[in-house]
Amino acid sequence: MSLSPIKKITGRAVPVQGDDIDTDRIIPARYMRCITFDGLGEYLFRDVRFTPDGKTTNHPIDDSKYKGASILVSGMNFGCGSSREHAPQAIARAGFKAVIAGGFAEIFFGNSTTLGLPCVTAKREDLITLTKLIQTEPATEVKIDLEKLKVTAGKLSFSVTMKSSAQQGLLSGRYDAIADLLANLPKVIELAAHIPSPIAP
Amino acid sequence: MGKTLFHKVWERHTVGKLPDGSTQLFIGTHLIHEVTSPQAFGMLRDLGLKVAFPNRTFATVDHIVPTDQRTEPFRDSLADAMIKDLRKNCADFGITFFDIPSGKQGIVHIVGPEQGITQPGTTIACGDSHTSTHGAFGAVAFGIGTSQVRDVLATQTLALSPLKVRKIEVRGKLGPGVYAKDIILHIIRTLGVNGGTGYAYEYAGPTIEGLSVEERMTICNMSIEGGARAGYVNPDDKTFEYLRGRPYCPKGKDWDEAVKAWRLIASDDDAVYDDVKVFEASKIRPTVTWGINPGQGIFIDEAIPSPEQLPEADRSSAKEALEFMQFKAGQKLAGQKIQVAFFGSCTNARVSDFLEASKFLRGRKVAPGVRAIAVPGSQGVSKICAEMGIDKVFRDAGFDWREAGCSMCLGMNPDQLVGDEICASSSNRNFKGRQGSPTGRTLLMSPVMVVAAAVTGEVSDARKVFTGS
Ligand code: SF4
Repeated sequence: MSLSPIKKITGRAVPVQGDDIDTDRIIPARYMRCITFDGLGEYLFRDVRFTPDGKTTNHPIDDSKYKGASILVSGMNFGCGSSREHAPQAIARAGFKAVIAGGFAEIFFGNSTTLGLPCVTAKREDLITLTKLIQTEPATEVKIDLEKLKVTAGKLSFSVTMKSSAQQGLLSGRYDAIADLLANLPKVIELAAHIPSPIAP
Repeated sequence: MGKTLFHKVWERHTVGKLPDGSTQLFIGTHLIHEVTSPQAFGMLRDLGLKVAFPNRTFATVDHIVPTDQRTEPFRDSLADAMIKDLRKNCADFGITFFDIPSGKQGIVHIVGPEQGITQPGTTIACGDSHTSTHGAFGAVAFGIGTSQVRDVLATQTLALSPLKVRKIEVRGKLGPGVYAKDIILHIIRTLGVNGGTGYAYEYAGPTIEGLSVEERMTICNMSIEGGARAGYVNPDDKTFEYLRGRPYCPKGKDWDEAVKAWRLIASDDDAVYDDVKVFEASKIRPTVTWGINPGQGIFIDEAIPSPEQLPEADRSSAKEALEFMQFKAGQKLAGQKIQVAFFGSCTNARVSDFLEASKFLRGRKVAPGVRAIAVPGSQGVSKICAEMGIDKVFRDAGFDWREAGCSMCLGMNPDQLVGDEICASSSNRNFKGRQGSPTGRTLLMSPVMVVAAAVTGEVSDARKVFTGS
């Protein structure tokens, strides 16, 4: 299974402000009632985008000035909480190609990487500047260079970080590990013989 | 130089290095449930792959399964479809399924230990973040996403990078009315909800050693709430006693051999840790959360902090929490009216939880206007509670005693909060919308504190309610 490398992401960005945005916020559990991930994008941030009686709250995701944005910009510890892959799936299926935040919960980060949704970590002050910039000039093109680990937007430019295995995986098109894992199946079978398994009664 | 349990288990399960620098790690035991596995089976079929080691995967239904109606078809057609889908996947790929008619169904993290599937020294993965629960047996156990569920099904391995290990030592004696739940809420409050990022937590020290295996499960369960992907306790005699004779454990001579091996897997006395934190048990008091993440907790006799009192990084979240919860800084939680009491979840729905709480609940009544539900973590728990008459204590008090499942821990099944109801909950997450209503408010606490809140109709110090002092 060869995937195309992901080296650069370019697009407009939408700010979703706040720290500790958890996966229940990204996609509330009651919208995870599905057997496939199709159509999940619709429920992204559902509970904060609509009031309980279904009125829009003018969440940035629905704000026309950010329409067509493909980069999500948020705060610290993004994606904490449950291991649901529904969260990055909803983000990807809503049309996003990357997330810039002040940090990511581990499982969320791994899930996103496997889907080819790069998550890069920026310093808080850079996030604040970037957020201000896209709020005042939403048409600004934001560019994430995964090789150099740099974000540029208009005159603004700053470094970001990313776990190197994820970076290597994205750059080489090996971010979905399944092919590499399958390649070692003979070795796995050998090792399995030495690892006890639960014994059926 | 000694090694930690984490490192020993990691080494034993390493298949090799992958091209991106990560480790291909063998997963000894894989657990699945109805919500995060159907898409993985879909991917498997799309790729034309088989399940590599069907004898190492075990399934049950917990998240979406209704806890009141148990005859199929369920009123919720999607729940019905998801369960039938899992049934078919298990049949097609030869996976053991603890289905409802088996009498062994329940929350995946309660069923594993109960069946003796959870064993020391192994690696356990499940498409659920509270997989860390199984670490209570000295296993390295963590939650994974659905693509990784696919990876484990297809290869019984995962691409992972090793974690650092933080030893969390708890010393001293817990006061009366203070429980494992209070210890872990206190640890998370102190180290922060992302303080554990990149770490596995090793819970150690005399206090932890003194806890029962079920109490250790409560602590390991919430590791993820502190940002740690895994949490574990070194296996000891209590662990082995708990497991002895359980269905999926080795028997006879094999058992003796297994115990010998399990003893060796514990962290060496001179093991080197990436970090060590020490907590004094006697300083911990019953803890209740006031906010929208599990780190936003206070002792029952403390006041809700004002955002300005908190470290800068926590302020914006604290402000948001106060607004959402409709609480004021400086306010105490004691006396706060509740509408719902939820006793359940993989954090606290084991026999010992119900037994302990029933001692206090016996002869009392749920306060008028409070909706109280008690949901055993598994059919096994339910059966033992019935044999011991514990269910009757709860029923007599006015609790709705349900069938096993995740229930109101998350709003995926019919058990949900309504509007901005306040729920005293023995579960593990108080995120906005977690319990099914976007404006519902969750207060996390120990099961005995939930019962105290249920009988008084307000958040109460269980130590006072139940001793009359
Ligand atoms: S009880 Fe709650 S935390 Fe545990 S597995 Fe179920 S939904 Fe998850």
